[in-house]
Order: sequence, then structure tokens, then C-alpha cells
Amino acid sequence: MRKDKPCVLKVEDITMQFGGVVAVNNFSMEEYEGEIVAIIGPNGAGKTTAFNVITGVYAPTNGRVTFNGERVIENFPRGKMKKAYLGQNAGKYTGHLEPTPDRLTALGMARTFQNIRLWKSMTVFDNVLIAKHLKRTSNLFSATFGGNRAEEQAQREEASALIETVGLADVRDELATSLPYGKQRRLEIARALATEPKLLLLDEPAAGMNPQETVELTRFIGEIRDQFHVSILLIEHHMDLVMDISERIYVLDFGSMIASGTPAEIQANEKVIDAYLGVTDDA
Amino acid sequence: MAKTILPYVISGISVGGQYALIAIGYTMVYGILRLINFAHGDVFMVAGLLMVYLAASLPLYVSIPLVILLTVLLGFTIERVAYRPLRTAPRMSVMISAIGVSYLLQNLALYITGGLNKNYPQIPWISDRVTVLGMETSRVTIITPFLTIVLVVLLVLLINHTKIGMAMRAVSLNFETSQLMGIRINNVISATFIIGTFLAAVGSMLFFTNYPGVVPTSGAMPGLKAFVAAVFGGIGSIPGAVIGAFIIGIAESLIKGLDTILIVHGTIAEQIGFATFSDAFTFILLIIVLVFKPTGLFGEKTTDKV
Amino acid sequence: MKKQNELPNSKQSSWVSFLLVLAFLALVFYLDQIIKPTNKMYMLMTVLQKGSVYALAAVSMNLLNGYTGLFSLGHAGFMLIGAYTYAIFTIPSSARDTVYQYFDAAIRFSFPEAFSNVMGPAGTALGVLVAVILAGLLAAFFAYLIGLPVLRLKSDYLAIATLGFAEIIRAVFQWQKLGPITNGSNLLKSFARTSKFKLEVGDTKLVLSTFVPVLIATVSIIIIVKLVNSTYGRAFKAIRDDEVAAEAMGINLARHKMISFTVSSFFAGVSGAMMAMVLSIAQASNFKSAMTYEILLMVVLGGIGSTSGSVIGSFLFVAASEWWLRGLDSGTFLGINAPGVFRNGFRLVVFSIIIMIVVLFFRKGIMGEREISDLFRSRKKKAKGAAQ
Repeated sequence: MRKDKPCVLKVEDITMQFGGVVAVNNFSMEEYEGEIVAIIGPNGAGKTTAFNVITGVYAPTNGRVTFNGERVIENFPRGKMKKAYLGQNAGKYTGHLEPTPDRLTALGMARTFQNIRLWKSMTVFDNVLIAKHLKRTSNLFSATFGGNRAEEQAQREEASALIETVGLADVRDELATSLPYGKQRRLEIARALATEPKLLLLDEPAAGMNPQETVELTRFIGEIRDQFHVSILLIEHHMDLVMDISERIYVLDFGSMIASGTPAEIQANEKVIDAYLGVTDDA
Repeated sequence: MAKTILPYVISGISVGGQYALIAIGYTMVYGILRLINFAHGDVFMVAGLLMVYLAASLPLYVSIPLVILLTVLLGFTIERVAYRPLRTAPRMSVMISAIGVSYLLQNLALYITGGLNKNYPQIPWISDRVTVLGMETSRVTIITPFLTIVLVVLLVLLINHTKIGMAMRAVSLNFETSQLMGIRINNVISATFIIGTFLAAVGSMLFFTNYPGVVPTSGAMPGLKAFVAAVFGGIGSIPGAVIGAFIIGIAESLIKGLDTILIVHGTIAEQIGFATFSDAFTFILLIIVLVFKPTGLFGEKTTDKV
Repeated sequence: MKKQNELPNSKQSSWVSFLLVLAFLALVFYLDQIIKPTNKMYMLMTVLQKGSVYALAAVSMNLLNGYTGLFSLGHAGFMLIGAYTYAIFTIPSSARDTVYQYFDAAIRFSFPEAFSNVMGPAGTALGVLVAVILAGLLAAFFAYLIGLPVLRLKSDYLAIATLGFAEIIRAVFQWQKLGPITNGSNLLKSFARTSKFKLEVGDTKLVLSTFVPVLIATVSIIIIVKLVNSTYGRAFKAIRDDEVAAEAMGINLARHKMISFTVSSFFAGVSGAMMAMVLSIAQASNFKSAMTYEILLMVVLGGIGSTSGSVIGSFLFVAASEWWLRGLDSGTFLGINAPGVFRNGFRLVVFSIIIMIVVLFFRKGIMGEREISDLFRSRKKKAKGAAQ
């Protein structure tokens, strides 16, 4: 753990309850600057839900998320949930912060999606360029009437440079959806990087990839961390990839965290082996 | 006071029943195809025109079933020609196609009628004047709600107890899965259109009997209101559509008479012109429902997946 | 590599398009002088006038439906607001009492009159311009109010809610209690209209009847094109393609949808004002949802998501329905004389069948998502490829 570095993401007691189902139960985690952290767990363990809470897609039923030292998400069981709440730590949190995902992206979180969500009518270049929209300083009028030519030019150059860095320069003007699967994943990561994040969240980046592509992706993720100085949080099924690149791992099962630690610790943890490694083999 | 309001309530219930018969067509189609069938109101208008032309040369016992048959055929054909080819297209394309069909039917009607108001034939017995609770009205006003309820009960029985009904329920729950389970989607959709247009044809007979005549745009407003009724009740729900339609019918009728009612009551001294808003009110209701309870009174909640 | 990063409108090509637009405007101005209303060819001028009204309406609807993916059917309502705003503020005070014959007119202010009192003839033109802009602003203001609750709704619910709003607006404008402002359900007339637009230079009177609407439409459409090509326009397209991804990439959905909706409505209001000045009357009962449907069909005809497509679509629509297919309504078409079939209304039947064919079999419309400039670009590319 790089405790010497500042804490980028702190998740405290997150509980997400849908109706009577607790999808994530009292989940807490921390991530420090420059780390690569993974959340693993069998299907339906609540990984993606936890991810969606952190990125603002769902408001948690209870708990708090602190990003870069700033309290960004907080909620407690209210309204109908007050009675129906099945989780723990009711009453611990009293604040109510429910930002939309774009607010969190503006603060420096950027994500990819499990089922790739590129803008399909647009080229590789445009996909990356649009993600730069967030960084604009021009208002509607100056943008419409050409008062922002310098900024526009700068954004185009940055987008181009980024595309080159991730190795997509040769397909720059192709339609995003015409790319092979592995390159689409790469493009999604490039698009997320275009928002200049501090924390990059990858939702099953290796899903649907063959072993060769997975090896390349593993290397790619490491490179990105070093080159762009981002911290990375990923959900993954591919055990090879997770054990290779993660510095720390959190294991979820039935919504609750059953273990956390270094890859070596996790591989030795009996609970984890029972719940996950020994029973199912998704990889 | 009650004496002033009662006629409006009774005519509102009657109009509501007519809207209900149209609304079922909207709600069933939406439940299965997720399509606002903008042409449905115009099919209703065409049913009215068919009656005008057929009753002119044929006896009623022939023309009434023939109108129903031809209207059903029209609904079936529209689905086949204008919606089926777009099954895999984006929803917006299908909706545009529906608007195109509506445009075509209205222009066709304009051409055939020359834009003139066509007098609707008198249907004996139901057009007769009767006196109920001390007020005079046509018999159709009294019959409509009862006939509507009988038809709706029959429809609900059909949906709950027959094979095609079960298929309809399955398809409206999940289109793809039903297809994988071997349900013949196209047959189910055709059946839905047949039922929907059948009810619209019956509705048109009840509706136009109380109105002076049919013009090409006669279907547009009742159609939109019936759709609003379906949304109000929770789209996809048949009882919801029926209850929504009755509420809208009564509310609309009361607003039409609000000036008179308030003058009799002494609240206002002169006409305010509330009647101008009898159509607009429906939409105000719609927007309130959509904003505060988008699933309507009886609709189910759906969540989007990320 | 470096070259590709340059803005798509490189200096040279923007000069070319600027000159083309100037040449087009000059041509219209010239036609205005030589084709008089008595001329057989005046149909062309009518098509240019009405076509530019609908072109702007279609392009502004396309901004919303085509580029932002918000299926809205409230266009007629915003055009109505524009038409009435323009009409009310340009009726000369001498004509007020004749126009508002059943009411005591509450607004007695006319921009062209007020400005011309101060500035002379130039003031009249300025007054018309101010009234047109005000028409757009009011439409945009109403769109803002309406947008707050309804823009959260999903596709078809948004469509029906905006359609409903247009109907509500129509009812409000027809309400007799608002008669002193809107003239109730009676029509507005005698305001500044294109048939009277003239420029006096010395002794010669230059006709501007077609030039003015074409100019307003051209300038407005250029602004919309610039918006679509800007960083905001790209954000709109991202929302259309995938809302969830757009939001995750930091695009504020509520804000951007609202921008698109109000800008679209602003230009709908402007096109409503143009419609009033071209038709010389404004009446709420004309702005039914059927008008919205027609504009939508023009957009579809040209290709959803293509601005040049919308322009071509609307001119074709207007030319076909007002001019080329006229014969279908009056007995003889293409030399075939069949008064029994070719009578009133047949034109619209043929026309709606053509539209249905486009909707069903040519779903991309005339242009698809391409623009005219793309056609030239791809030809250049091809030529280059052949040379190598």
C-alpha cells in the first residue's frame, strides 16, 4: 500500500439496496495515488453496482465517497427506505450529496463500460475529441461564432496526440464501431483519458478478449498508469490480468467484502478460494 | 347545482367510453411494440367515413359489420405495410412511419370527401332521443359506457384465458425472449392490431352518432386524447386506459360547461371561455402525469441498465 | 499528420462557401427585380419564400431531432409564438383598431414605426429585424420553461409531451380573455409583410419580397451550422449516440439538452415570424400539430441529421406541393387530362405516398447524414486515389 501518497478515493460503508435486495452491503475501500486496485468477485457479487455507485450512476442507499479529499457522494436511508433499510450503519451518515456522473468526471473520475459504449456514428478521432468538451473554457456564443479557434485547435492536437499514444493513429478517421474489439476497448480508454482524469475506472476491460489481447492489455494498463499519472480501479474476471497488475485487491461476494490484500494474500485466502477461485472459473 | 352539472357528467362518461375504446388500441400496441401509433386516431376517422359511404347504399345490418371488417382490414394492412418492415429499425423511424400513415390517411380522406363535412347516418334506436333522470339525451350516450365495459371485460377475459392472450402478455413483458420461446411475434402483433382497430371501429360508431359529421381531421384530436388516457392510466395497462379515458372524458365535458356551471352557481358573472381549454386541459393533465408519475396510475416501473 | 488536425473549415474552403452564399443572395435579389407577381415564373419566388420559411423550421427541428436525438413535436407551438410576437409588434398604430375589431388592443407599440420615427426608412428595417429577434427570444423563453420539466422524459414520452405543449399554447393564444393581446381566435393582419418590403434608392424602387426571407433564413441556417460544427454540436451528437456514455465523459445532459432545445426553439420562433411576414396573416388555428408533422417529414425526406438535407427536403416539399404537382389538383398532369382523378387533394395523396415510400424504403432520406460539402470532399479524395 502506498500510504505515503495521498488518498485518491475513499469509499466508506457503501450500501446499495434495490427494493428488498441488498446488492452491495457495507463496502469500504481506499485507493492511493498511482495505485492499481482491483475489485473481483463471482458473477452477481455486486462489483458493477459498486462501480456505478462510485461513478454516480446510482445514488447509494447509505454511505459516503470521498474523492481527492473532497466529499462527493453521501446518502443515508431516507423516505421509503427509512423503514425498509436492511443494511448497517444507519444513522452514521447525515449528508445528502448526489452528483450526476458528469460532475464526477469533471472532478477527475473517468470510466469505461463493460459493454463498450462508444459513440457509434463517429470516428475514432471524434470520439476522443468530444471527451475534450469537458475541458472547454469557451461559452456557447464564442464556440458558435468561432471565437475559440485557439482552444479548438489545441483540443484537436491533444486528441490527435492521445490517439497516437494509445496506438490508434492508423485508424484515426475510421468509424469507431468498425474497429476490432480489442481496439474499441483501447479507444474507450483513450476517450476516458481525454477527460484528463486522476482516477481511471475500468469495468471489465478484458471481457471478450483472447489471451494474446489480454496480455497486450495488461501491458497497456501499466503503461497508462505511468505515462498519464493516473490511479486505476478495475473490475475484472480475468485472474491472470488481475494478479499481474493489481497492487491490491478487494473481493466481493454476495454484496459483501470477504477479503482484501495483495495478490499473494488473496491467492492464499481460504474464503476467497471457497467463494470464487475454487468454485467458479469464469476466466 | 347538481341539475346543471349532471348533463355534463353523463355526456362526459359517454365520451369517456368512446375514448376508452380507442385508448385500448393505443395501449395494447404500445405495450407490445413500444410504438405510439399516431395513425390510430385516423383509422377511427376512416371508420367514420366508411360508415358514411356504405350506409348511403347499403342497409345498416350489412354496412355496420362491413365497416368493422374493413376497418380491421385497414389496421391489419397498416401494420403489415408500414410497421413490420421497420421491426429492427430505431423506434424513431417507426414513429415517423406512423406519422406518415396518419398524414396519408388524412390526405386520402381530404381527396375523397373534397374536404366537406360528411353527415353521419342516423342509426335507428341508438340515435333516438330518450329522457333519463329528467334530462333529454340520445340513447347512445346512455349505452356507450355499458357497451364499453362489456367489451373491456370480454377483452380482459380473452387476454387472461386464451392462448393468444397469453402470448400477448408474454410479448409485452419481453419481446426478444418471447421470440426465442417460439411465440410467433408477427401473429401476436397482427392480433393486437385487429383487436385495437375493431374497438376503434365500434368506438367510431358511438362517437360520430353524437356529432354532426366526419371531416378528415376528425380522428386527430380524439386519437391524441385517447393516447393521453392510455398514458394517464399507465401505458400497457388495459384497465388503466379505460379508467384514464373516463376521467378525461368527464373532465373535458365539465370544462366545456364550466362557464355555464359557474354562472348558474353565481361564482362568475360572464363567460370566461374555459371551453377553449377543453382540449388543452387533456395535455396539461398529461404533462403533470408524465412529470410526477411517468408510469401513470397503473403502470409498472422499469429501470435502465448501465 | 499535422494537416489533419486543422479545423475542418480551412480558410480557403470557408472563403469559397462565403462567396457561394453571396452569389446565391445576389441571384435572389436579382430575381426579385425581374420576376413580377404577374409573371408566370412567380411560382419560383413563392417557392423561394415559403421554402426558406420551412427550410429554417426544418433545420431547427433537425438540430433537436437529428443532432441531439431529442424527439420533440412541439415545433408548431414555438412557430406560433414567433408568428404572433412578430405580428403584434409590427402592426402600425393606424391599423390596430381595424385588426382588433372585437377587442380593445392592449399593445399599441410597433417596432418599425417607433424606429422609423427616429431613424427614417432604415428604422423600419431595423424595427422588422428587432421584431424577428424578439419572436425568437420569446419562443426560446417558453421553450426554457417547458424544457425544465419535460426534457427529462425519454423519447416517445418527450414527443407526446411537447406535442401537448404545442396544443396548450395554441389554446392559450385563442382564448378570448387574451383577445386584447392576441385578437382571440381572429387572425392578425396588416403587419409588416414581405410583399411590401422595398428599398428606395433615388427614384427606383427595389423589391425585397423574396430577398428578405431568404436572407434571414440563410443567416440563421449558417449560425445553426456553425453551432453544430462547434464543440457544443459535437456534444449534442454524443448525447444522441449514447446518453450514458456522454454523461460519463462529463457532458451535463440537462444543460446541453436545454441549450439544444432553446436554440432550436429560438429559430422555430424566427421561422414563425417569417411565416407571418410571407403569408401576411397570423392565425393560431393554422399552427396545428399537422404543421409539425409536415416539417418532420421534410427533415426525414432530406435525411435526419443532415442540415443540407433538411434544406433540400423543405424546398422539394414546398416546390412539389405548391408548384410541380399542382396539375394533379387541376385536371391535367404531365399532359394527361383526367379531371375525374386529378381533382382537389390528389396532389397531397400522391405526395403522402411519396413520403411513405421514402420513410419505408429510403430511410436515410436524400442526404443520409452527409452534407453537400461531404460530397465534394469524397469526390476529391477519390480523384486523389485515382491519381496515385
